[in-house]
Amino acid sequence: MIKGIIMVFIGVFVAPLLGGLIAGVDRRLTAWFQSRYGPPVWQPFFDVIKLFGKERMVVNRWLVFCAHVYITAAMLSVVLFFLQSDLLLILFVQAVGAIFLVIGALSTTSPYSQLGANRELIQILTYEPLIILAFVGIYLVTGSFRISEILVQTKPLLVSLPLLYIALCYALTIKLRKSPFDFSTSHHAHQELVKGFLTEYSGPYLALVEIGHWYEVVLILGLCSLFWATSWIGIIALVGVTYFCEILIDNVTARLTWRWMLGYVWPMGLAMGFVNLIWLHGR
Amino acid sequence: MDILKKLTRKSRIKSPWLLHFDCGSCNGCDIEVLACLTPVYDIERFGIINVGNPKHADLLLVTGTVNHRNKKVLVNLAEQMPEPKIVVALGSCGLSGGVFREAYNVIGGVDKIIPVDVYVPGCPPKPEAIIDGVVTGLEKFSKKKDG
Repeated sequence: MIKGIIMVFIGVFVAPLLGGLIAGVDRRLTAWFQSRYGPPVWQPFFDVIKLFGKERMVVNRWLVFCAHVYITAAMLSVVLFFLQSDLLLILFVQAVGAIFLVIGALSTTSPYSQLGANRELIQILTYEPLIILAFVGIYLVTGSFRISEILVQTKPLLVSLPLLYIALCYALTIKLRKSPFDFSTSHHAHQELVKGFLTEYSGPYLALVEIGHWYEVVLILGLCSLFWATSWIGIIALVGVTYFCEILIDNVTARLTWRWMLGYVWPMGLAMGFVNLIWLHGR
Repeated sequence: MDILKKLTRKSRIKSPWLLHFDCGSCNGCDIEVLACLTPVYDIERFGIINVGNPKHADLLLVTGTVNHRNKKVLVNLAEQMPEPKIVVALGSCGLSGGVFREAYNVIGGVDKIIPVDVYVPGCPPKPEAIIDGVVTGLEKFSKKKDG
């Protein structure tokens, strides 16, 4: 019981702090790659606090509602993760939040927002099957979708699911809104149409969306950590290397079209996933 | 509540998002604004981000003279920015209309249309002057009342 309360506390309060710090490290590393100095690592927190102090300016009430549902769903999925719950449940709770974010953007009349929302839907369509495949792979190895069962494994999952891990990294890149898959909205291209579905979210509601994004980053990196959950060093090394590679890929690739994303990520990701599953089955 | 207010003020100084509007400038000032974003000056180290969306912006940077055509756009952009916000007029043209102030189609400086908080003179102003103007504006920005 006490352990459960502590885990909920970590999920609700520590996860966003961690997510914000990760976002800060991201900006710092990006600046380093571009031979700039970059903002301090706690810059995302300044941004969010400032946004909370801004005027509440909304186009309609749906936007407000959707921003709140998004952050609640993101928070709930992280809490479920820390409570070592069912992977599929976590995925669907997270998906509800992602969809509501899109609905909020679609409820406005701004063409930028609409276009961004459509692109975000395609992104969701692209990464969800990959995540489900990764979960199926985990199930085939451990015999359960529950995280508590996965954590008692003595051998790292990465040994038996290397290709599915790469497929999950595709999903991670899309979910983190990194190049080359950052066309629904981007953290870097502030000048373009690519601000996408965040166009109409402003002030405190943009802050809510940002915090929701931090939760999601923690969730996805948490899913990655399951692949080497046998030791703390393994978790830190795997998540650290994965995240570093994400930022590197973000900086060396250009933004491409959704057609390219669908035509590349699905064949590559699904093929790798299925090959991995067949290999698991035949073992 | 006092701590919250202080924190908000500090955050405002630390994270001004900038919207740049070319109000009919010759592009001299615009090039200098963009120079601020390059690795040489790197204004992101102050938390300043160049956004393209007025709804996300805190700071409106206007270059060039205002004329009868684009005054509506200027007002529209300023109105779409949520409070608190500040307006910085850049360059001789933004301040007074510059060499074009006598032209039949020119209204004059930015302050003829919307209230301006900081004026940065120069034709064009150096990137250092722009950064100085923005940092001066931040002090005002942090003291503005909440929206």
